[in-house]
Amino acid sequence: MLKTFSLGGIHPDENKLSADAPIEVLPVPETVAIPISQHIGAPAEPIVKKGDRVKVGQLIAKPSGFVSSYIHSSVSGTVDKIDELIDVSGYKRKAIIIKTEDDEWEETIDRSPDLITEIPATPEEIIKMIQEAGIVGLGGATFPAHIKLSPPPGKNCDILIINGVECEPYLTSDHRVMLEKGNEIMVGVQILMKALKVNNAIIGIENNKPDAIKHMITLASKYSGIVIEPLKVQYPQGGEKQLIDACIKRQVPSGKLPIEVGAVVQNVGTALAVYEAVQKKKPLIERVVTVTGKSVKKPCNLMVRLGTPVSALIEAAGGIPEDTEKIIGGGPMMGKALSTPDIPITKGSSGILLMPKKIATRKPVQNCIRCSKCVSVCPMGLSPYLLMTLAEKAIWDRAEDEAIMDCIECGSCSYTCPSSRPLLDYIRLGKSKVGQIMRSRTK
Amino acid sequence: MNKLTVSPSPHVHSGDSVKKNMYGVLIALLPALFTSLYYFGIGALIVTITSIVSCVLFEYLIQKYLLKKDPSVTDGSAILTGLLLAFNLPSNAPIAIIIIGALVAMGIGKMAFGGLGNNPFNPALVGRVFLLISFPVQMTSWPTPIASRLAYTDAVTGATPLGVIKEGLAKGDIMSDLLTKIPSFSDMFYGNMGGSAGEIAAIALLIGFIYLLMKRIITWHIPVSVIGTIFIFTGILHLANPNIYISPVFHILTGGVMLGAIFMATDYVTSPMSRKGMIVFGVGIGVITVAIRVFGAYPEGLSFAILIMNGFVPLIDKYIKPKRFGELIKPAKA
Repeated sequence: MLKTFSLGGIHPDENKLSADAPIEVLPVPETVAIPISQHIGAPAEPIVKKGDRVKVGQLIAKPSGFVSSYIHSSVSGTVDKIDELIDVSGYKRKAIIIKTEDDEWEETIDRSPDLITEIPATPEEIIKMIQEAGIVGLGGATFPAHIKLSPPPGKNCDILIINGVECEPYLTSDHRVMLEKGNEIMVGVQILMKALKVNNAIIGIENNKPDAIKHMITLASKYSGIVIEPLKVQYPQGGEKQLIDACIKRQVPSGKLPIEVGAVVQNVGTALAVYEAVQKKKPLIERVVTVTGKSVKKPCNLMVRLGTPVSALIEAAGGIPEDTEKIIGGGPMMGKALSTPDIPITKGSSGILLMPKKIATRKPVQNCIRCSKCVSVCPMGLSPYLLMTLAEKAIWDRAEDEAIMDCIECGSCSYTCPSSRPLLDYIRLGKSKVGQIMRSRTK
Repeated sequence: MNKLTVSPSPHVHSGDSVKKNMYGVLIALLPALFTSLYYFGIGALIVTITSIVSCVLFEYLIQKYLLKKDPSVTDGSAILTGLLLAFNLPSNAPIAIIIIGALVAMGIGKMAFGGLGNNPFNPALVGRVFLLISFPVQMTSWPTPIASRLAYTDAVTGATPLGVIKEGLAKGDIMSDLLTKIPSFSDMFYGNMGGSAGEIAAIALLIGFIYLLMKRIITWHIPVSVIGTIFIFTGILHLANPNIYISPVFHILTGGVMLGAIFMATDYVTSPMSRKGMIVFGVGIGVITVAIRVFGAYPEGLSFAILIMNGFVPLIDKYIKPKRFGELIKPAKA
């Protein structure tokens, strides 16, 4: 019996259409728009101005708070302007727009393909390098990676868990990265282990990627302390709390972080970025993005410079299909629907999913028939039907008692509901209200 | 390109629907329908058709003319209520009575509360119990199986096994004599006994149960806890004094326990939301059923038991919550 998390979960159609498409490098676009807010936390502060010449990998914005991140130019060229434009959030936010000229990299960056396994840097140096390379969680949450690597005083980490689950349907970028950059990931994991001063790491991979599991097991035998854990396919196993539960049977308490149970979780893509940052001095300027969808001509996995417009990726996948109703940044379960295809790729973009009308349209909402399916699929053990009602009726104190803030917004409830009720929509509304109330209390 | 749709995640849906669940339960009831037609023939056919047609019609009329909403009869819930009501009636029930039952079930049991999803009590049982109290004679005359295939209201009738035992014991008859007057357990299992149209054949209902479990329409919790409780409770009584208390196998095969436990108590709308709550609910139904059967005035108590426990569902849901993440395993300190 393969391991999985203990509560709830669903198994949507996997639709991993691009699983066999090797990573292709997308040509550098003519202009890039690099948002200064690509991570959770405070937006970065631009340190370049209009007309400045920049190289690939040059720092262009620095953090403006504790939870914030460095941002580097993904192309060489001239800063055209710093302007407000719509990003994946749907809001207008500040971005640095660079006109590309040539492809001139910072000299310090090692662009050779040689694998460097020796890790001379000390833990402190590693964490500093990761921070200065602007690395954030590449699984989609975009939490600055170096913060997780520095546990607060009194908290101890004894295990590193690497997320190779990719539980979102359609997405295959992590899958391809494991197949094609396995060695780099292994060294990246070793670097993270050194930074955290732990001797054990588990890489959790869902069983729908047998080739990746096999490949990673072969590689892991060459490195000490790394174990590959094949997991039963179950959404949302890629959720941090679910993955820890699945791999080591520890449950992070309500409102707490993984470090509470001695674990730190990083994505495989993040491990690759860490390898490049520490061993090759290459900051986070590009990532692998899956471009997919049922009507897409050529579902593919592309290595893309950050700031490239989504439309360029769709072009590379054979253009926008006629029946496209929704463009989703991310997977179908937790991704965000984009309002235009001009939005730039950012650090958190794991996929672009084009959805035809017949899948993308919601069905009419019916009465709750109390079938309790939402309760049985909730991976956090909540009662989504009740949370929705409480949010609808604005009964915030009871919503808080019913642990609305524990919701990880995986969408399993809305996915399952036979009455097509917008459970998660209302729970999100409730979470933002209850969150406001809770914050105002501590002030 | 068209204008893009922007809506929050999730962007896909399982494809499950109210309709699928309702028709799933209807399919699960087909074996029981066939046995009912086999044993009660034309009477069962008339009762079933009358009940379904009147339930669907009443729902349609009430939604259209009273509530002025779009009728939703195609979702299958009215057909289901109609079929379950029919299964709870003797196969010689007069048409007028069935129509009254259907009106009470749909009008008072369901639509008065706002339709599907809002009714606190199982509509089919509301209809059935209303009829049982209002027309006790017609509701407790049971056509004999097979012999009355070609008869309707003129069918030869007899008592149900539960009735035989209850009356016999009340008159002071000896248990061993009474046992000779009821069908064998295997006859009961296959449905060859007097009773409501759809409740008789345990085997057919169990096949339906397996289908419901396979289709994940219901979980095992309610049926198993109802049947288990009745079996254990009557088993203890039987062991204590077999001369007064009949075997637990008899209890679970008669009086619609299978029908009630598998198809009526599991009604989504009127049962609890958490697994633990479902078990409490099921045990409650079992205990009340046995209490009515053994110590009460009626020979059969499952309908009352389910309705009583329906009333407790809001309370059960309030105090019995699913286990939350983080409560299952205590954090191991690193």
